[in-house]
Amino acid sequence: MPTSPIFPSKHPAPGLDRRSRDLRVQILGAFRAGRRGHLGSAFSLVEMLRVLYDHVLRYDAASPLWEGRDRMILSKGHGCLALYAILADKGFFPAAELLKFCHLEGKLGGHPERGKVPGVEASTGSLGHGLSLGIGMALTLRTRPGSGRVFVVDSDGECNEGSLWEAALSASKHRLDNLTVLVDYNHMQSYSTTAEVLDLEPMGDKWRAFGFAVKEVDGHDVEALRANLASAPFEPGRPSVLICHTIKGRGIPELEGNAFWHHKNKVTDEEVDALLVALEEA
Amino acid sequence: MRKTCLDSVYELAKQDDRIVFIGSDIGAGTLDEFKSEMPERFFMEGISEAHVVGMAAGMALEGRIVYINTIATFLTRRCFEQVVLDCCLHKTRVRLIGSGGGLVYAPLGPTHLATEDIAIMRPLPGMTILAAADAEEMKRMMPHTVDIPGPVYIRLGRGGDPVVTDPAQPFELGKLYLLKPGKDILFITTGTMSKMALDAADLLKAQAQDAAVLHVPTLKPLDTPGLQALLARFPVILTLEEHSRIGGLGSAVAEVLAETSFLSPKLFTRLGLPDAFCENYGSQASLMAKLGLSAERVAEQALELAQRAAV
Repeated sequence: MPTSPIFPSKHPAPGLDRRSRDLRVQILGAFRAGRRGHLGSAFSLVEMLRVLYDHVLRYDAASPLWEGRDRMILSKGHGCLALYAILADKGFFPAAELLKFCHLEGKLGGHPERGKVPGVEASTGSLGHGLSLGIGMALTLRTRPGSGRVFVVDSDGECNEGSLWEAALSASKHRLDNLTVLVDYNHMQSYSTTAEVLDLEPMGDKWRAFGFAVKEVDGHDVEALRANLASAPFEPGRPSVLICHTIKGRGIPELEGNAFWHHKNKVTDEEVDALLVALEEA
Repeated sequence: MRKTCLDSVYELAKQDDRIVFIGSDIGAGTLDEFKSEMPERFFMEGISEAHVVGMAAGMALEGRIVYINTIATFLTRRCFEQVVLDCCLHKTRVRLIGSGGGLVYAPLGPTHLATEDIAIMRPLPGMTILAAADAEEMKRMMPHTVDIPGPVYIRLGRGGDPVVTDPAQPFELGKLYLLKPGKDILFITTGTMSKMALDAADLLKAQAQDAAVLHVPTLKPLDTPGLQALLARFPVILTLEEHSRIGGLGSAVAEVLAETSFLSPKLFTRLGLPDAFCENYGSQASLMAKLGLSAERVAEQALELAQRAAV
C-alpha cells in the first residue's frame, strides 16, 4: 500500500501570506523581463526555499563562499526563478538583476550557474546531478569540524533519473546525516502527472528503502516546513528526506496543476499583468 | 601501466591530503595500502559511474583533488553528461583514469573497447587529455596531474608496455616528444602506439627512408605551434593511434594541417581503427594486426605515401 498521501492538485493549502506573494511578484517580474521561464516549477518551490533561507540555512550574503556556510543545491535547476527571487531578497545580488533574466548580458539564465550567480552552489538544469554533487560536498564537509550541512532540492520528475537513485544508495551507505534532501512533490512533470508519465508511488517507501529517514509535509505550509527542517537530521546516522507535497504553479489558479504552465516562452506584458492580478486575488 | 598510475596516486596522496581516490567496483586488492593507511580518502562506490563522477565533482568543489579509476568505456560513455557538466562546466579537479584505452580488452568485445574515448573527451572545454607511452613516462607524468586547474582524462594502455621514452627526460605537460629524429617521414603517435611507430621506422631504414617518431602524451591542450613547426619539415606525415580514425589524434593533427599554410606540399594519412565495431576477439596485438595496425603494415603504408610524394 502506498504510504505517501496523494495531495490532489487543488488541495486547500493555506492561503499565501504577504511574503509568499511578494516573492512571487519578484518571480513574475523576472519572468516578464525574460519573456519566458518555468513559472509553475518556481511557484511550487517558493515556500520551501523561503523557509530554508529565512530560518534554516547558515550563510553570509556578503560573502557567498564563506567556508562555514550550509550548501543548498537546487538540483531542479528549472525552478531557478524562485531561487533568484530569494537570493536577491537576501542581498546576494541586486534585485535589478532579476530584470535581466535570460538577457544576453544578464547573470541569471534559465538554469542557475555556479560562479555566475552569487549564492548558487552548483550549475544545474540537467536533472539527476545535484544529489551526487551534494554527497561529494557532504562527505568532504563532515571531515572538517564546524562545517555546514548540505541541502539538495530535487523535483519529483527528477526522481525518474537513475543517477538520483545511485546517489541515494551512496548517501545511505555513508550515513550522511549532514545531508537533507527536499523533494518538491507537486505530482506534475512537463508532459502530465507523475502518475501518468512514470509513477513514483510509494514515494516515501522508496526513500525509506534506500536508507533515508523520511518525513512528509505540506510544502506550502511555512510553519510546518520550518518545524520539520528544524528537526533535521531526522535520525542520527541517516540522510534525511523531506517530501514536500506541493502544487505546481501554487498561487495563481490558472497555473495550478496545469502542465501547460511547466514552461512558457514568448510571454507578453498583458499576460504577466493578468497573472499579477490573479496572484493578488487568489 | 595501470599499477604504476595507481601507485603514483597512492604516493601523491601520502604527501597531499587534498587527494582522494574513488573506484567503482574495481579488482580486489587494488590500492589496499591506500585503503588501510588513508581510509577517509579511499572510496569504492559501486557500479554507479554517473554518481561517482558527480560525487567526485562535489568533493572537488570543496577543495579535494579526486582520482577516479574504472574501465575507460564506463568513464567516457556511461557518464558523459556528468563529465561534461559536473567536471568540465564546474572546472573541477577530477582526474578520470580510464583503464584499457584502445583494444586492451580485446577478448571482452565491444562493450569494453575504448575506441572513441579521445574523441569523446576532446571537444570538452577545459578537459586535459593524457596518454603516456609507457609506465616510466606515467611515473613522471602523474605528479604533474595534481595541480591542473580543471578535469583530466588519463588514458591507460596495456600493462608491461616496452619502455620507449627516455627516463632522463623530464615530463612537461603539453610538450611534444621526438622519440626518434628523421627527415623523410613523420610518424605522430600517442600512448603505447609509439612503440609500433618506432618499429615501423626501423623497418623503413631498409627502404632508405629516414622516419621520425613524435610522441604526443598531451592530446589536449595540443601544442599547436610546436606541431606546426615539426609538420613544416616533413613531406610525409602519418598519425598512428589505437583509436578510431575519427576524432582522436589523427583528427587533431588533421585540423592543424588544414589550418596551416605550408611552403611545401604534404601527404598525410591517419592510421587507426576503422569506423566499425570490432567483430573479433583474440589478443590485443592479434586484433590490432587484423585491423591493419602492425609495424609491418604501418611501414608499408608510410612507404607507399613516401613513394607518391617522390613522384
